[in-house]
Amino acid sequence: MSVFILRRLAQAVVVMLAVAFIAFMLFQFVGDPVTNLLGQDATEEQRIALRKDLGLDQPFPVQFARFAGNAVQGEFGISLRQGRKVSTLIAERFPATLELAVVAGLIALGLGIPLGVYAALRRGKASAQLLMTGTLFGVSLPNFVIGIVLIWVFAVELKWLPSFGRGEVLSFGSWTSGLLTRDGLLHLILPAFTLSAFQLTLIMRLVRAEMLEVLRTDYIRFARARGLSDRSVYFGHALKNTLVPVITITGLQLGSLIAFAIITEQVFQWPGMGLLFIQAVQFADIPVMAAYLCLISLIFVVINLGVDLLYFAVDPRLRVEGKAH
Amino acid sequence: MTAAPLLEVSHLRVEFPTRRGTLLALDDISFSIASGEILGVVGESGAGKSLTGAAIIGLLDPPGRIAAGEIKLTGRRIDNLPYEQMRRIRGKEIGAVFQDPLTSLNPLYTVGRQLIETITTHLDLSATQARVRAIELLASTGIPAPEARVDHFPHQFSGGMRQRVVIALALAANPRLIVADEPTTALDVSIQAQIIALLKKVCREQGAAVMLVTHDMGVIAETCDRVAVMYAGRIAEIGPVADVIHRPAHPYTVGLMGSIPAMDEDRERLLQIDGAMPRLTAIPPGCAFNPRCPHAVDRCRAERPEIAEVGATHAACWQPVAVEALR
Amino acid sequence: MPSGGRASLTMAVDADPKPTASASALRGFFDGDVWHSFRTSPVAMLAAFIVLVCFVCALFAEIVAPHNPFDLATLELLDSLKPPAWVEGGEAKYSLGTDGQGRDILSALMYGARISLLVGIASVLLSILIGVSLGLLAGFLGGRTDAFIMRICDVMLSFPSILVALMISGIGRSLFPHAPDMLAFVVLVLAIALTGWVQYARTVRGSTLVERNKEYVQAARVIGVGPLRIMRRHVLPNVLGPVLVLATIQIASAIITEATLSFLGVGVPATSPSLGTLIRNGNDYLFSGEWWITAWPSLTLVLITLSVNLLGDWLRDALNPRLR
Repeated sequence: MSVFILRRLAQAVVVMLAVAFIAFMLFQFVGDPVTNLLGQDATEEQRIALRKDLGLDQPFPVQFARFAGNAVQGEFGISLRQGRKVSTLIAERFPATLELAVVAGLIALGLGIPLGVYAALRRGKASAQLLMTGTLFGVSLPNFVIGIVLIWVFAVELKWLPSFGRGEVLSFGSWTSGLLTRDGLLHLILPAFTLSAFQLTLIMRLVRAEMLEVLRTDYIRFARARGLSDRSVYFGHALKNTLVPVITITGLQLGSLIAFAIITEQVFQWPGMGLLFIQAVQFADIPVMAAYLCLISLIFVVINLGVDLLYFAVDPRLRVEGKAH
Repeated sequence: MTAAPLLEVSHLRVEFPTRRGTLLALDDISFSIASGEILGVVGESGAGKSLTGAAIIGLLDPPGRIAAGEIKLTGRRIDNLPYEQMRRIRGKEIGAVFQDPLTSLNPLYTVGRQLIETITTHLDLSATQARVRAIELLASTGIPAPEARVDHFPHQFSGGMRQRVVIALALAANPRLIVADEPTTALDVSIQAQIIALLKKVCREQGAAVMLVTHDMGVIAETCDRVAVMYAGRIAEIGPVADVIHRPAHPYTVGLMGSIPAMDEDRERLLQIDGAMPRLTAIPPGCAFNPRCPHAVDRCRAERPEIAEVGATHAACWQPVAVEALR
Repeated sequence: MPSGGRASLTMAVDADPKPTASASALRGFFDGDVWHSFRTSPVAMLAAFIVLVCFVCALFAEIVAPHNPFDLATLELLDSLKPPAWVEGGEAKYSLGTDGQGRDILSALMYGARISLLVGIASVLLSILIGVSLGLLAGFLGGRTDAFIMRICDVMLSFPSILVALMISGIGRSLFPHAPDMLAFVVLVLAIALTGWVQYARTVRGSTLVERNKEYVQAARVIGVGPLRIMRRHVLPNVLGPVLVLATIQIASAIITEATLSFLGVGVPATSPSLGTLIRNGNDYLFSGEWWITAWPSLTLVLITLSVNLLGDWLRDALNPRLR
């Protein structure tokens, strides 16, 4: 098993290096690296000094190594648009996006799994059919349309919920959280539901499909033949076997939630990394784009590793202990 | 027969309504099993053996359903019970053993947990007592070091060992009847004998009756007290094992026995029955076997024969073979 | 062997191969069962109808639309922010209302739908081109090329499409800061195309690997028939079916991606607004009560993607021999 972990770690490092390379290329060839690092208001002396400092006359691999070294420390230079350090900007915005993504993920799981199980157990009944038709909508509706509809219904017409920004937040050191204030929570509701919609649909369809598969297996039949109660059969046996592949797939979706937050943050003007990234793309702010790319890749890689470990913990067949005898 | 039979199946009819019409999978099956008896049910694939077992334990796959007839367990009708009542009978009074031990066990739970779960569902035992019983069950089915193995997962057992676990699970709540559907077909030949012997032993010890479904006549000969031969969803012949094997009355049974090679015989060719068993959608009128039967007469093609006593067995045939040596 | 025999062998392989099973099956289906399945499915027919209507409106927007929202001369500021015709204050002339500049929403919808559909379809076609080519290459050349391409596929699959599209869009903007509209469109189509090619590549690679080992292909290679020809004649017809099925799934997703990018402000240029752009513009008026400016484009977008998805679902079921 440790061999497995080592191998995955090595793969992770390779992927990160590749991403760092792409980010590096962005810095070098798209726009001026000196401008990227110093901002547009630098004087000529500063530029010349930095050129020497950066060793732009150095061979390629050396420059890349330096870039990678900086990247690992989170040093990406100065934002072209805002003139502040990229690392500071991202650190400020990270909590907002993470909270949004995690809450959205919890909603997607918390609603998706029960609804999927329901759709599988009540297969053929009208309510289940209705649910599955609903998922077709979920797949066809773009993220931002859902957001706009929710805003219209709950913020404009009913005036129940706020639709702009994060509301009141409390600071803990460098972390800001909106989860502990009522205002913050209210502001979180609409964006979180919007972001969770697509995942919710996916999870529901997946759980239903998996559960239907599991219910056809021999061991479920044998469980019934032993006279186990419906509760044991469905929730003791079938559900656990269904959830093993589901949990791991949805773990991978968490990374995608952080990426799709870009859209949701735009709709609700949520002050997270996604909004920052969009503004960077509109403005061609390379340092921010590069930093975001590296950070997202890191998150993905870490999540992938975590999911693999989770698989180990959950499925006993993967822990090859004694031989069968 | 002095005592009332444990299981009594009368005129059982199982149908499968499909878009293309209703398929008749079991057509007027009747037989009984006495307490402690081992009844073999033999026949080709598709003859309806497994369906009979499924109907008895109430686990017919939809859209299959029991269209007519009765199934009685200790005199009480069980074919028309609501799901919840039937559930309590399953496991407690009737145990089941299926064909593939690999897929019969949930791979994510230990063997012990699956045993204890079954025990506590039907018997009023505490968790500790249940665990003790689980270990006893494993021991009685011949699994070495049961105290350690009770916490192992199914994939840690070999095929034969897994089937022993399955048998232990079937016996967990002391059922009076076991329905075993091809319990040895998925196992190595060397293991098959062990499993059959085990089945026979534990059933005798617990006094449980067994309905042993298989296509292997050798197993039947070894293990069963009586045997029923099925053909195209009907019973062709039923009777004590020795009689059915050595003095078969139904031409189909004759063909079956004749097609088994025997080591002490000197035959040039194995007897073969021409043709194949008809599909459920194309069962001929009258006796289902008539197209392939060497003794068929007009009556066989027109009227379906009833089961009647012929010598030592009961056969459904208008022209049963004379009770002499079949060679 | 006499040269005549060799020539005939070449001819046998070089001539148009008998239509492979799936290609002729495809034609056969459309003549019989598929059409029948279509006629008996009300959902598929409705979906097809909607898609057809949108296509016609988009294609012939100049003729069908009641107004031209781009002709500044015809705009009247006095007519701005008018609600739909059936609401109080609306006019029959502007059946769905007008926006902040007096543009007729219905007309803007048609022109917008045209852009959305154009970009969506163009990206899918480009996706197919890239994916099928890379798949053929990977399957045919094997070895390191294959491994390399598959590695890229794996990495790309693990990144969400929106991120890839945004990155490429952003890079495009940085490289060509004052690009003409045409270039902006090209970058956009490329960005969306690059999010979807992986599936095609994998499928085609799989088919290529299977075909490559078949005897008639080996025979062709022995004789010296070029790999390009083999790929074109033998492999391509076999992958037509799966590629078609994939394309139906991807079209809706391409349209959504374009709409999302435009909504975020990094999609189509402002002078050629797509449905996404219209939704973005209309969003500003939501709170002041002019709901129609964003509602109609949203509804149209949803209708199109829903219909395309439904059609795709039906097509998948109809082409799947196992469900018959």
